[in-house]
Amino acid sequence: MSRYTSATDSDRARMLEAIGAASIDELFEQIPEELRLGRDLELPAGLSETEAFDHLSALAARNADADSELCFLGAGMYDHYSPAIVDAITQRSEFLTPYTPYQPEVSQGGLQAMFEFQTAISELTGLPVSNASLYEGPSSVASAAYLAIGATKGRKKLVVSRGVHPHARETLRAYAEGFCAEVVEVGLVDGITDSDELEAAVDEKTAAVFVQSPNFLGAIEDLEALAAPAKEHGALAVASVDPIPLSVLRPPGELGYDIALGEGQPLGGRLDFGGPSFGFFAAAEAHLRRMPGRIAGETRDVDGRRGFVLALQTREQHIRREKATHNICTAQALNALGGIVYLSWLGKRGFVELGELLVRRTAYARERLAAIDGVELLHEAPVVREFALRVDARIADVLDRLADQGIAAGYPLGREYPEHEDGLLVAITERRSRADIDRLADALESAMETVQRAGELQGASR
Amino acid sequence: MSDEPTSVTESVRPPATAEIPTPQQRERATTIFERSVEDRRAATLPPAGVAEAELSELIPKRFLRARPAELPEVSEPEIVRHYNRISRRNFDLDTGPYPLGSCTMKHNPRLNERVAALPGHARLHPAQDPKRAQGALELMWLLERQLEEICGLPHVSLQPSAGSHGELAGLLLTRAFHAERGEQRSKVLIPDTAHGTNPATVTMAGFEVVKLATDERGGVEMDDLRSKVDPEVACLMITNPNTLGLFDPNIAEITGLVREAGGTLYYDGANLNAIMGHSRPGDMGFDIVHVNLHKSFSQPHGGGGPGAGPIAVSERIEPFLPVPRVVRAETGNGAGPRYDFDYEKPLSIGRLRGFAGNFGVFVRSYAYIASLGGPGIKDASETAVLNARYLLAKLSEGRAGKYLPAAFDEPAMHEFVLSGGPAKKQLGVRTLDIAKRLLDYGFHPPTVYFPLLVDEALMVEPTETETRESLDALAGAIDAILEEAEADPETLRRAPYTTPVRRLDEAAASRKPTVRQPSSS
Ligand SMILES: Cc1ncc(COP(=O)(O)O)c(C=O)c1O
Repeated sequence: MSRYTSATDSDRARMLEAIGAASIDELFEQIPEELRLGRDLELPAGLSETEAFDHLSALAARNADADSELCFLGAGMYDHYSPAIVDAITQRSEFLTPYTPYQPEVSQGGLQAMFEFQTAISELTGLPVSNASLYEGPSSVASAAYLAIGATKGRKKLVVSRGVHPHARETLRAYAEGFCAEVVEVGLVDGITDSDELEAAVDEKTAAVFVQSPNFLGAIEDLEALAAPAKEHGALAVASVDPIPLSVLRPPGELGYDIALGEGQPLGGRLDFGGPSFGFFAAAEAHLRRMPGRIAGETRDVDGRRGFVLALQTREQHIRREKATHNICTAQALNALGGIVYLSWLGKRGFVELGELLVRRTAYARERLAAIDGVELLHEAPVVREFALRVDARIADVLDRLADQGIAAGYPLGREYPEHEDGLLVAITERRSRADIDRLADALESAMETVQRAGELQGASR
Repeated sequence: MSDEPTSVTESVRPPATAEIPTPQQRERATTIFERSVEDRRAATLPPAGVAEAELSELIPKRFLRARPAELPEVSEPEIVRHYNRISRRNFDLDTGPYPLGSCTMKHNPRLNERVAALPGHARLHPAQDPKRAQGALELMWLLERQLEEICGLPHVSLQPSAGSHGELAGLLLTRAFHAERGEQRSKVLIPDTAHGTNPATVTMAGFEVVKLATDERGGVEMDDLRSKVDPEVACLMITNPNTLGLFDPNIAEITGLVREAGGTLYYDGANLNAIMGHSRPGDMGFDIVHVNLHKSFSQPHGGGGPGAGPIAVSERIEPFLPVPRVVRAETGNGAGPRYDFDYEKPLSIGRLRGFAGNFGVFVRSYAYIASLGGPGIKDASETAVLNARYLLAKLSEGRAGKYLPAAFDEPAMHEFVLSGGPAKKQLGVRTLDIAKRLLDYGFHPPTVYFPLLVDEALMVEPTETETRESLDALAGAIDAILEEAEADPETLRRAPYTTPVRRLDEAAASRKPTVRQPSSS
């Protein structure tokens, strides 16, 4: 008997007898001799619960988490406060431990939560239909491409702004190999998508145009204007959006977009070193029957009671198989539940207040940091809660210095934007107070001085 | 405790009438939006602490929302009550048996939740400098090695987010593998018993599905395979044991044939729970295996995710794995190894998602494997198979032997498939009716109508979690239900009676879909 099983020796003997087998090994007789492992797995011996807890705790202790330092990291996932009720509700066995709701009569809780979630996502994006979640943000972008290729009768060109999250663009490229589609990137000028280049890139072969707002550099894009080339050429306009800024920004549904999608982690999700979170995906009514993923729909039972089911399953892999609109099966239901609990907690007013708070604090931080010697704005476009700076020193050195003082100052842009080798992305959430921002500014200022001085000394001795 | 198999006596038989609605049935489903009352709220936010400028001074007005999103206005106690109430309208694994075939509904240890919630894990930002996330990288590195050993393959990428995502990764790897050899192959072979994600993935990855027939013993029809293996075959995608719960004894010959023809071999690891510590996909000749951490490795299913679908691969596939890879370097100065992300893999297919994967899931599965150790992992599979075979034996002794026989007369492994064909013919009840009546008996039904080739299929996977007593009770309930059907098939056709709602009109929900609450403004 091991940790999570119950069969005693006596159980085993009685069960084998009922089966008519002499031993456990006999149950594996179907496996040809030469394919049997014939030795023990080379894994460490099992741990008792206290040992396992200590071991995992020791690993966790070697990570600098957002509680143990001042975190200004963003780049797609943000340290927003997640209220206690999110964990309390998502940890309930009734939500935590069931499978996908294949038996709706005993899955009304999960199905109703999906329906509520879809409603909230529709409200945020201004688009009438939403699914119940995809894996996360970047793969949702690729999923929109698949929908667009189908919806445009096999057009194979995907035009994407460099303002779209680099992980999403990389994911799109990887998926596009399978779609046999071409991905064309459009550059940024002054922090926002080059609209002339975009217009030139979109043509009759284009299935979809992808933009993001606020974009990866934090800049609010002129979504309305950027949708025009897609409209003109019959391509789908796809907006990748962050749900929190949608508290104050006009939703893509009002700006001519066919699809709005994004990363759901900011909605009360854990950072979790990048996952699990969830992707959300909303679209115009016309695309309902091509949507990827589960969709909850309202219906009635035989006695006329209101109930919820998985709707439009004929889109899905388990029914349509090779003709399915997507291959997704297990998605991120529990994380999406956390999302709707979070949005209910913020509520209609709290959501707007949070957005306004972020805009104001971020404006303060942006001004404060850009006033430092050797630091300037990378772009001047309006922002919500993240902005990009140019730092006149080796970024890695500056970040190391700040890290020594317990500050994760931001995300260096160099790897994904070689043209911004000196770029730093800084995110502000409601958890970073004015005093925290001041501490960052002071630390950055002195780090800059030290690093620049070290650089000068090095230069002089050369 | 009595030695007798639990038989359902009249006193414990659930009602077969819905005349008096249960309290839950009387409660009309009300959404959180419908509970909204103007000016109620739960959240209070900290003060901004900075100048309270008008928003339009900071962001041009044309970018700003004209009216707020219509989110609910509810207080905290209301939110808690609402979600607690609706949660009770779910059946869950922590409450009772959930023998859903192909889904491996095994116990979800609470220790795993506790360690996943440690701030060092749950509050770790994915963009943290790897130097300052050494514990997380080490955990990923260790989990990769564990999965390699269990799968019998030399490399692992944890990146894919679920089984179907692992499948997509596998076929994109296959594409890259052939392209590197200057080949463009178009076909993927899939048995007709395959899970729906397999063919759906094939299409998404730009290949064409070629179906393989199943022989009378439930394995791949070898002549059919031989006639379809040709230079156009890019890959064979298969589950073993397959979705009938049967281990294909010809597996080595199957993989050999495809390998010889130049194809890659993909193993859908959804059924890994049958063979852990006994046999390994790598040793069967496979190149790529996905592992559903939310099945074999105890990540809770969450009502439809999250999960994770790491892939284990052979040497010849390794160069193409997604980036970033987790790497380890010895420091040599006695300081212990250093871990990092490696993005420089020139032949890589790129990335398939944001950041490095569902780390929170990795923590839970790592904790699970570390808790069980090698012998415990093997015991999990042995007990899973023992439970399935015992349940099948118990069922066969009773009325199921007559009305719900095993679809194939072969020794099953961790799951088995029954055919409700005889019940339909002789009793006039369908598999769906039996499943719905099981709900009244307090069991989640097995998977229904899958695999497709079995008439009125009922696919049963008890997992190692169930006790002998709960298996006896399940067998007893099915027997009692068939007894009811003998007396009056209508009892089953109108079931369930006691669930929060009764049979739902699924067709209507798709004909005229309502997928959101009507906007209140
Ligand atoms: C046999 C089989 N293959 C593939 C999958 C897909 O796995 P996932 O739901 O994790 O995408 C499943 C699970 O539903 C399965 O049972």
